[in-house]
Amino acid sequence: MSKILGSEALIKSLIKEGVDTIFGYPGGAIMPIYDSLYSYKNTLNHILTRHEQGAIHAAQGYSRVSGKVGVCFATSGPGATNLITGIADAQIDSTPLVCITGQVPSQLLGTDAFQESDVIGISMPVTKWNYQISSGDEIQKIIAKAFYIAKSGRPGPVLIDITKDAQFSYVKFDYKKCERIRSYHPYPILKNKKIEQAAKLINKSKKPLILVGQGIILSNAEKELIQFTDKTGIPVASTLLGLSSIKCDHKNYVGYLGMHGNYGPNVKTNESDLIIAIGMRFDDRVTGDTSKYAINAKIIHIEIDPSEIDKIIKTNVAINADAKEALTQLIKLVEKRNHSNWINEFRECDKIEYEKIIKKDINGEYEKLSMAEVINKISEITKGNSIIVTDVGQHQMIASRYYKFNKSKSNITSGGLGTMGFALPASMGAKIGNKNREVIAIVGDGGIQMTIQELATISQYNINVKILLLNNNFLGMVRQWQQLFFDNRYSFTEMKNPDFNKIADGYGITNSKLEKREKLEEELIKFLDHKGPYLLNVTVEKEENVFPMVPSGESVSNIRLE
Amino acid sequence: MKKRGLYQFNKIENEVKEFTLSVLTEDKAGLLNHITIIFNRRKININSLNVSSTEVKGVSRFTIVVESTKEKITKVLNHINKIVDVIAAFLYEGNEIYYQEIALYKLSTKIFMKGDDVERIIKAHGAEILIIEEDHTVIQKTGSKKETQNLYSELEKFGEVLEFARSGRVALSKKKRKTVNFIKRLEKIKSNKLNL
Repeated sequence: MSKILGSEALIKSLIKEGVDTIFGYPGGAIMPIYDSLYSYKNTLNHILTRHEQGAIHAAQGYSRVSGKVGVCFATSGPGATNLITGIADAQIDSTPLVCITGQVPSQLLGTDAFQESDVIGISMPVTKWNYQISSGDEIQKIIAKAFYIAKSGRPGPVLIDITKDAQFSYVKFDYKKCERIRSYHPYPILKNKKIEQAAKLINKSKKPLILVGQGIILSNAEKELIQFTDKTGIPVASTLLGLSSIKCDHKNYVGYLGMHGNYGPNVKTNESDLIIAIGMRFDDRVTGDTSKYAINAKIIHIEIDPSEIDKIIKTNVAINADAKEALTQLIKLVEKRNHSNWINEFRECDKIEYEKIIKKDINGEYEKLSMAEVINKISEITKGNSIIVTDVGQHQMIASRYYKFNKSKSNITSGGLGTMGFALPASMGAKIGNKNREVIAIVGDGGIQMTIQELATISQYNINVKILLLNNNFLGMVRQWQQLFFDNRYSFTEMKNPDFNKIADGYGITNSKLEKREKLEEELIKFLDHKGPYLLNVTVEKEENVFPMVPSGESVSNIRLE
Repeated sequence: MKKRGLYQFNKIENEVKEFTLSVLTEDKAGLLNHITIIFNRRKININSLNVSSTEVKGVSRFTIVVESTKEKITKVLNHINKIVDVIAAFLYEGNEIYYQEIALYKLSTKIFMKGDDVERIIKAHGAEILIIEEDHTVIQKTGSKKETQNLYSELEKFGEVLEFARSGRVALSKKKRKTVNFIKRLEKIKSNKLNL
């Protein structure tokens, strides 16, 4: 067998793993890999971003819409350190990624060589697994392992650092996929006894409530969730990352959980007698004060990661299993029930929320446009069929509240880490990961400026994303907290922004400005119908607040409506 | 109002005491760092740590002693178990293991000339002489930290302890289990291929 360069072996390994797109940025220590990539440019699509953070967020967006492993390339030193925020984001939001970084030649390791950084040490706490390849012979085996680890069990980011001499060495190519690792058992064995115990609790409960997280989407359990709720009649509430796993207009869907979630699912959590949590991790933004959370309920927790069980909330029945597998078995044992009276209690809460908040939010009661009326309108026009990619802050919470998701894998957002600057690059990846669907990036004027350089990438590759900029010249969420909890002391949250339309012009991206309420529908339709990328700069109410709100550290029962 | 959540852990789980973790791992560079940062992130100080290869080729054993609560340390254990290169991690309380430490004491040889007091102490503590050189003598003692410390305190009275070093704890579980068989069994478990 003839030998090939280690760098070419890497490229061929990626192809064997079914990779079609790489997001990256070249530099000294990864040049051999880029040189090999040049020969495969008809097979592998490489997107040159304008910053490594843009590359990794794009890979995240790609993965979240496609369910495939996102891949990105960066060089050593600053290239690698620029990936860290995205890696931490992918770790906490369980996104499968394989990040390849170049490294200085192995004889220079530890010498403070040019662009040398200890990326293995730096990334260790935020990766699912990492490894430094310093010999060409390791490349194929380690890449196979990397994909297996990233994708299996609870997914997560893997970083592989490859020294320049390993890239330059000659190796035989004989690729074998990884199928098992002695020390790693990603799929727990489902225990029938636990399923029986859970079914017993479900069958005798009076006010059960299902809480779904991203685990439903990651295990492709959307259908099973529907079968489960249809059979048992149990209401379903969703976490931020669980949104879109069930259609928002499903008869048993009762809304969005947490700090800025809906009124019903928050207050009813404390009236429920049984919480069935599936693929979610009781984040503090969902539970508020844990000592006053789900106080009347027994807890069933279906979760693939054993370290999440009993981490925050002690369970009565813990089912350590893949969500799809557990639900499939559970459906067989639960009795057909009707909980319409209980669901009606949620509908009563919805009415209160509508009267106190939604009516004002969406019916143009502010002087300027509100974020809520813009998102509500775009939800109507797109019939909930678009992929929504949001940044972090008020617009994110409002999009999660007002966009009525109709298809799975449609809410792409930075949940656990709360990374501003996520949306613009993630939307590029989302569009490339699912070309058939419409992708709308919803961003604030703060977040977009953290990764605004990616407009160049969107322009260069003509990536058809629609960028909806909700511009209030404020870091709105921080301002809201300053108003409510820091005595109106607006400490460094107001911004003098550039003319975003001129910026879009500079990047060659079609754009327009929306200020007047009467133009809302017309402008949005023009925005969505445009062929190619488009930035719509919407001037929104300067001091709009997101309600309801569970103040930080308080009980979900103390949710504030004003 | 009823309470639950973290407050639901009962008193026993919130009592601070000594725990020993025994962790079987692949022999991989950087794993020590990976394991210790898990303690660091939760501000748990490690009292003693020993790493060594086991009887199975390519497998290392970490023995870690900490003071913590059952609730906290269980979460640490779960996180250690989650590390891809960790084969298995076990948590023990003092009565569930056999354990030992070793201490070395370097004494000035001339204190043996001052009579047989020192020799008597060494014998009484079950320590033994490792090597005698012209100017120094090394003795060793195995035992608990308290026992090796007691011997040190007695020798110190002669003012001639030149150097003293103590190892981390090594421990074996009281359960009847063969590490080799345990690892072989893990190798046979088929990872079912959901989603792949």
